Amino acid sequence: MARQKAPALWSREIAGRAVVESLRKLDPRTLVLNPVMFVVEVTSALTTVVLVRDIVEGRHGLIGFELQVALWLWFTVLFANFAEAMAEGRGKAQAATLRQARTQTQAKLIDETGETKVVNATSLRREDVVLVQAGDIIPADGEVIEGVAAVNEAAVTGESAPVIRESGGDRSAVTGGTTVISDWIKVRVTANPGETFLDRMIALVEGAERRKTPNEIALTILLTGLTITFMLVVVTLYPFALYSTTRLDLPVLVALLVCLAPTTIGGLLSAIGIAGMDRLVQHNVLALSGRAVEAAGDVDTLLLDKTGTITLGNRMATEFIPVNDIHAAELADAAQLASLADETPEGRSITVLAKREYNLRGREFSEREAKFIPFSAHTRMSGVDLNGRSIRKGAADEIIKFVRERQGPIPAELDSIVERIARDGGTPLVVADGARALGVIHLKDIVKEGIRHRFERLRAMGLRTVMITGDNPLTAHAIAQESGVDDFVAEATPETKLRLIREEQARGRLVAMIGDGTNDAPALAQADVGIAMNAGTQAAREAGNMVDLDSNPTKIIEVVEIGKQLLMTRGALTTFSIANDVAKYFAIIPALFMVTYPELDALNVMRLATPQSAILSAVIFNALIIVALIPLALRGVTYRPIGAAPLLLRNLLIYGGGGVVVPFVGIKAIDLLIEALHWA
Amino acid sequence: MLLNSLLRIGLFYAVLIALSVPLGLYMARVFSEQRTFLDFLLGPVERSIYRVCGVQRSQEMTWAEYAGAALLFGAASWLLLYLIQRAQYLMPFNPQRLGAVEPLLAFNTAASFTTNTNWQAYGGESTMSYMSQMLGLTSQNFLSAATGIAISIAVIRGFVRHSVKTLGNFWVDLTRAALWVLMPLCVALTPVYVWQGVPDNLNAYTEAKTLEGTTQIIAQGPVASQEAIKELGTNGGGFFNANSAHPYENPTPLTNLLEVLSIMLIAAALTHTFGKLCGDRRQGWTLFAAMSLFFLAAYALALWAEQAGNPKFPAMGIEQRAVAGQGGGNMEGKEVRFGTIDSTLFAAATTDTSCGAVNSMLDSYTPLGGLIPMFNMQLGEVIFGGVGSGLYGMIVMAVMAVFVAGLMVGRTPEYLGKKIEAREMKLVMLYVLIFPALILLPAAAASVTRAGLSGIANPGPHGFSEILYAFTEAAANNGSAFAGLNANTPFYNLLIGFVILAGRFMMAIPALAIAGSMAEKKAVASSAGTFPTTGVTFVVLLGAVILIVGALIFFAGDALGPIVEHFAMTSGRLF
Amino acid sequence: MRFIFTAVKLTIVLTLLTGLAYPLAMYGLANLFFPAQALGSLTSRAGRVVGSRLIGQNFSSPRYFHGRPSAAGDKGYDAAASGGSNLGPTNRALINAVAQRAKAVLAQNPGARAGQIPVDLVTASGSGLDPEISPAAAELQVTRVATARHLSVQQVRELVRRNTRARWAGILGEPGVNVLMLNLALDQAGTAAPVRGE
Repeated sequence: MARQKAPALWSREIAGRAVVESLRKLDPRTLVLNPVMFVVEVTSALTTVVLVRDIVEGRHGLIGFELQVALWLWFTVLFANFAEAMAEGRGKAQAATLRQARTQTQAKLIDETGETKVVNATSLRREDVVLVQAGDIIPADGEVIEGVAAVNEAAVTGESAPVIRESGGDRSAVTGGTTVISDWIKVRVTANPGETFLDRMIALVEGAERRKTPNEIALTILLTGLTITFMLVVVTLYPFALYSTTRLDLPVLVALLVCLAPTTIGGLLSAIGIAGMDRLVQHNVLALSGRAVEAAGDVDTLLLDKTGTITLGNRMATEFIPVNDIHAAELADAAQLASLADETPEGRSITVLAKREYNLRGREFSEREAKFIPFSAHTRMSGVDLNGRSIRKGAADEIIKFVRERQGPIPAELDSIVERIARDGGTPLVVADGARALGVIHLKDIVKEGIRHRFERLRAMGLRTVMITGDNPLTAHAIAQESGVDDFVAEATPETKLRLIREEQARGRLVAMIGDGTNDAPALAQADVGIAMNAGTQAAREAGNMVDLDSNPTKIIEVVEIGKQLLMTRGALTTFSIANDVAKYFAIIPALFMVTYPELDALNVMRLATPQSAILSAVIFNALIIVALIPLALRGVTYRPIGAAPLLLRNLLIYGGGGVVVPFVGIKAIDLLIEALHWA
Repeated sequence: MLLNSLLRIGLFYAVLIALSVPLGLYMARVFSEQRTFLDFLLGPVERSIYRVCGVQRSQEMTWAEYAGAALLFGAASWLLLYLIQRAQYLMPFNPQRLGAVEPLLAFNTAASFTTNTNWQAYGGESTMSYMSQMLGLTSQNFLSAATGIAISIAVIRGFVRHSVKTLGNFWVDLTRAALWVLMPLCVALTPVYVWQGVPDNLNAYTEAKTLEGTTQIIAQGPVASQEAIKELGTNGGGFFNANSAHPYENPTPLTNLLEVLSIMLIAAALTHTFGKLCGDRRQGWTLFAAMSLFFLAAYALALWAEQAGNPKFPAMGIEQRAVAGQGGGNMEGKEVRFGTIDSTLFAAATTDTSCGAVNSMLDSYTPLGGLIPMFNMQLGEVIFGGVGSGLYGMIVMAVMAVFVAGLMVGRTPEYLGKKIEAREMKLVMLYVLIFPALILLPAAAASVTRAGLSGIANPGPHGFSEILYAFTEAAANNGSAFAGLNANTPFYNLLIGFVILAGRFMMAIPALAIAGSMAEKKAVASSAGTFPTTGVTFVVLLGAVILIVGALIFFAGDALGPIVEHFAMTSGRLF
Repeated sequence: MRFIFTAVKLTIVLTLLTGLAYPLAMYGLANLFFPAQALGSLTSRAGRVVGSRLIGQNFSSPRYFHGRPSAAGDKGYDAAASGGSNLGPTNRALINAVAQRAKAVLAQNPGARAGQIPVDLVTASGSGLDPEISPAAAELQVTRVATARHLSVQQVRELVRRNTRARWAGILGEPGVNVLMLNLALDQAGTAAPVRGE
């Protein structure tokens, strides 16, 4: 798996641009979309007005303090903007690389008459057909309708090994910007300019098309609600203070409001979302919406095709088991003969095994001496008629029928061998030479290395894995055992997947699936998270809500983890932000009423030097914590598959407990510094 | 002292659990219309009520219809109670020939009793005829409580049901709450109260010739029947001005225990009803545990503060420690038979729930002792809370807690298998926001206007506490008071009346809306990755969210009232 | 619209049920089984109601045990206007009142020592009608009452003991001495061994 390289966290270039960008983001029209920071901006402006008034009126006693408060309030807004700009900047850096692939390309458009003419790629529309030859860049996303070609998709996937793209079948989709390196194909364009994969990808990583996701909206509502509540607290504190003949100044009230408002999470929220999308792209997964990423975190059930996901693509012959007194070499020889014309991977593996174990070389026969019988779903066997011999290999019951028809005996042990192989998850192929049953070839599914460990991890994350296979239940059971999958569905048809997804959803589960073929499209569309292989058909890519550019079926694990990480980071910073308020209260409240109620100094548990330094320390801490947490927001909270309850406890302790303690330490430290520097 | 208080709270809690669990399961049967042992008696009554009133019991209501029905019922009750008070001089059972209740006071009282608040800006024995007490107040003690129970049941249904739009039938829930839950308990409790000395008569006030030869007029009335429902329904409106401190309302330590039990019983039982109905009893126990944590902590803190007493007293030669022959503590406003232990237990129970009955005068509590009741209410009346309103408030807080921290397990937060999305968060925040708005804004108005300040009885920060307390209890529909505040003025009668109405309906409607929205959702299956809403971690989390949210909102205000008064008191400052 | 009719009808029906049928039924039951309590636990002497066992009354003569200070009504112990003082702990008015009461207690009770004044004797009760004082508060007054009545301290102490209510089941509540009942008993004891004046 080739990863897009993640830009360094603090690249100088990105940071430099982010500084400029954060000033531009002060525009209230854009900031209003983030209610928490908008409130901070408005109150910063108010404080500045008061500051100017006091300068004009010459109230020198207050100016120094008010100036510092105003400055730090503005910094709070800027730091939040900076976080967002950093996240966007990192995305943009990635987008820049992608954009290089979208340089001007020429396309060979085939018109209705079959003539080819060269046009600009940007003029292509849906349903246009273009010819792409070796050395050409594919001008747009589309579907191969004719021909086979090797395509270099490094521009999108970062993977330089060429892939085969051909018409029909499951490898028919091509991506604009990739290069044909051999042969030619005719491609039907499926996306208008600006809507291609590359365009979407660029827009996504740049954050230009970012719409708030459902959970982000809900969280914004929570944060806005809290902010309004704290405004209420601060606004009513003024008359409350008047009762005790204390007249509170606006900058002080603003300082309290900004400290209480959940600015930490409010300032980092959009950065978290952008960074989450970026992480997906770094894993070469393209989510078509942020909603899909969140849904990935919620997935309960994962449907996996056996072939290619759990097992290596093909079954392999691993053993020849002769019956009665038949010599193993004879069986191997017959098996090889029966497979010579069999170009399926299974057939080839038989030839290879015979060569390796018994040193039998492949032989050439002319059409005249040998008649090859290809496999058909109807007969369920294949073989060769050679020099009067009829050699067949195939499903046990069919071969037994074949032998019986020729009055041959059925060896007693055949049944038990067949049964044993099937029970172990293998596929038994019986070989017969005319009326003689020779023995059994053991075809075996090879379970991918490390898959068991991955399923364990998924289980720990709370996901149930279901394997889908066309195999019989016995075989399916054995492979399920070996791979450690939670459940399986055997003898599945394409409709089985769709039905299964619906059933799971009816039980209230969120389902993710990976698919590539055209017949996967309905299921991909039905699944809550449908990941299409980039190598798959265009239909599959359109139906899913994510595309895996590496076409790696186990990528789902990373996708789920990224989804979870995204939600966790939001939760952690929200909890941290709210927990912070406790310390800030203890800093500010005693400071506000030091004159009227000196007794309240008992609440000054941090023993902050003066009322002014207390308020200032809280404001400064509040601003700096945003910067301090930018790396966490961009990197995300580490996900650990340890089950929800321990995970909750762990994060509660770290971000809840830490959120209470850290500001006490931080504010005190800043206060000591302020005192040492004589700022207040 | 310590041993005795531990014994008492232990006994109390054991009895509470022993009674509330079966009651909760019984209520689950009542509201899912399963058979109960009282059907033979109450079934015919119920059926004839529906026939007379034209109720179709099978008709299901959407959340909006349910809320509308509750509002209409509240409005009709309010009007009836207003009229009864205004016309009491025309009706029988008025041996003292008390005149019509003043219009503004009648408005305030009607608002207060129909919303289960039972704030009293009047003195019972000097204002209300026996007819008003029974037909007006006792009945509303029942009906406002039944309304609360009904709404909480509807909210529970919202979480239990899925993919439907309806929450049940308000009329049926209301009637069943009154007949199957409240009435039998009251019928059982009243004779015990009478046995212990609570009067129940319709006589004129007794004129006694005292031993020293003066005349003492002793107020009488049908007290016992009202006393039973007053606590059971977390109403709290005293028959007499002194409420449960009055020896006629609460004559013995045994009646005191029964009253405190009654206050918490239904609210505690509803957590188990909730657990039963949502098919996971642990969900109910979890809420019960979170509530208990707060209750016990509040009780311990209040008891400690009250037992410590007033630091000025020792210098005057007064013994306020627990020594042979006396319990000691801050006895101003407390009764000898209760002492500090039973008084603070009552205070914690009455303010954790939205009862508001008192057996000691909170205004005379030490600053911290008084802060506890106020803070209990500021937490949103979710620590057991009012019958019904406490449970749905707690469910709303649970939704909020799940949302804040639920993200931390990496899933879209869900509670009881329902995903919490933008619409629910909007309603939750509305619920969370309305409450402090109803307290802080009017309190701000009162603390800077002449009309507000003139009601204050105690100078200094304590006076501010009185104002803050008045609006806190009003928004929380509690009804207890820092009773020094003279609230029978047009300013307070109107303002508090409106806050009470808003505190009831503006909270109940979002809660029902959340339930309606939840009912429409599909249920999500739980897995190992699901946020667990049972167990110790969640209890602590829920507690922390309630505490931090409550504290963050009210710390500033409380700091200027009880908190600063505490530090002033310990440093010897008087006002 | 149908909702409105239902609401009104249900309000009236349920109000009659819970506001009239229920309290009147309870009234009947109460007076049937516990008539004395239902009528207010009234106490009579020589056919005259002298008060209620449950309701405190003013005592100022040195011959009687004194109850707690009362904030009910203008003169205290107004059983038609119950209530506490509602004075806050940092209110000068409270501190001054308590200081005065403490001085009075010391002055009235021979043998009472500063530092031993039971707190309930100088603080107003919540109801203003508290019928009881703490055993310590009674003990403090024993000498005074005995002297005024020419009874022995032992005799008075015995009467106090007889009118002391222990904790319920040994757990609930605080022990208290019922002032009215104690004073009634004192008067009775006085009749048995006549003293001057009564």
